[in-house]
Amino acid sequence: MNNISNINPAIFAKRKRTNKIGLTLSMGAMGLGMIFLLWILSVLVFKGFSALDITLFTQSTPAPGSDGGGLANAIVGSLLLVGCCTLISTPVGVLAGLYLSEYGDRSRIAAITRFVTDIMLSAPSIVIGLFVYAFVVAQVRHFSGWAGTIALALIAIPVVVRTTENMLRLVPGSLREAAYALGTPKWKVAFMITLRAAQSGVMTGILLALARVSGETAPLLFTALNNQFFSTNMNAPMANLPVVIFQFAMSPYDNWVELAWGGALLITFAVLGLNILARVVFREKVQS
Amino acid sequence: MNDMQNQQPINEVKNALEVRNLNFFYGSFQGLKNINLDIEEGKVTAFIGPSGCGKSTLLRTLNRMYDLYPGQRAEGEINFYGQNILEPGQDLNLLRSRIGMVFQKPTPFPMSIYENIAFGVRLYEKLSRSEMDERVEWALNKAALWNEAKDKLNQSGLSLSGGQQQRLCIARGVAVKPSVILLDEPTSALDPISTGKIEELINELKHEYTIAIVTHNMQQAARVSDYTAYMYLGSLIEYGKTDEIFIKPKRKETEDYITGRFG
Repeated sequence: MNNISNINPAIFAKRKRTNKIGLTLSMGAMGLGMIFLLWILSVLVFKGFSALDITLFTQSTPAPGSDGGGLANAIVGSLLLVGCCTLISTPVGVLAGLYLSEYGDRSRIAAITRFVTDIMLSAPSIVIGLFVYAFVVAQVRHFSGWAGTIALALIAIPVVVRTTENMLRLVPGSLREAAYALGTPKWKVAFMITLRAAQSGVMTGILLALARVSGETAPLLFTALNNQFFSTNMNAPMANLPVVIFQFAMSPYDNWVELAWGGALLITFAVLGLNILARVVFREKVQS
Repeated sequence: MNDMQNQQPINEVKNALEVRNLNFFYGSFQGLKNINLDIEEGKVTAFIGPSGCGKSTLLRTLNRMYDLYPGQRAEGEINFYGQNILEPGQDLNLLRSRIGMVFQKPTPFPMSIYENIAFGVRLYEKLSRSEMDERVEWALNKAALWNEAKDKLNQSGLSLSGGQQQRLCIARGVAVKPSVILLDEPTSALDPISTGKIEELINELKHEYTIAIVTHNMQQAARVSDYTAYMYLGSLIEYGKTDEIFIKPKRKETEDYITGRFG
């Protein structure tokens, strides 16, 4: 047996007590968070589920006072807006992240870019909506899908920039050195070695940015607005799930309110799906 | 061939690299102090010495790897077949394609085994598909990896074991056909069997390449090298034929280090 006579029982008991208090507090905090999360989700599933049927995906939003209807125009609109936003924010964000990590590094321009990006990350999305309203919508004098796309891209780009930079920084310097040691020019090291080594992390960042913008409402209110009819014209106002939910949830018509719940359920599961996808992509990287 | 050899004086040696009055600075800290040494073509030159003595630093000046980091600079001359590579205006990419380097930790690129090797070759050569296949097989054979890798050329280089990854890195370096290969503690992260394979490989490769190797392992230096340089605190203490350095070193410090009384 070990000699344990040097252990002071009072100190030991105190430490156990402190541990118990700490554990209770943190479990309580977690429980509180979980309760609200599960509450929100269960209400959403309960109320939204009854709205889920095939007409939700086949019919467009109903006119005031008419029965039935669906969300087809809003679903397609949201997919178009988020899709175009991805096409814009991915190249811009990834290239800027590459610049910050591989080229700018400690330069002044990089420091400023990083600072501005961080501000953009926490900028209220309504401000971005107003900005696009003033510079795009007010200039062309009508709401449009493009304006919505621009507003969403402005929100997504900073997320992509920062995650790309952070993921590239995780690539060990020895890998870059090994590439340089073969006589590889710098741009090839950056694009073909470093970016490739970090690709699943970068993909994760893009997916998380999409998850973030697909639920944004405020910037779309000022830009894409809404459209009662099915439309894929990016130059015209475009229906989208967040704004439809916003308008329908506050309406006096029962079928509108039900559609809002259905839309909320759809968008929540889409975001959940994106988050799970991001985790799977990232886990694959860690395993390889 | 024999005629030509006969015409040459027996004592004439050809140096791949000649280091003259080389000083190296990390910011204001001097990492190398007035180094002078010749690295003979087709031989293995080993650098030994305690940690921080500057042996890796010296190796990294030979392909100007230090250039990647601001604040590091070298003064003096390093002549690579007569061309001073420390002069401004050198094409560093071209230089590094002729002086290859393998690092302490295996660094396979995040691509297939085949692409790992083809990547470097494509930088400076335009080969047809079949020529590239041949080159990849040739390089993997050179690195004694062909038999283990031939059935999984399309698998990720990261799927290989540590020792195999390191041989892949050597194959990658050999594939671009450099004239000098720098090895920076290539076996320090490997098990004894992989280490043995890589040492055999060094003995094979020296017939066609000039090799400079940094090692912490004195037995390894004794086993693989023709020349040995002992460094301490940024200075070259003793340099000569490996047999002489290990059997009867001229300097007391070298003897102390080799016999284990110091370091």
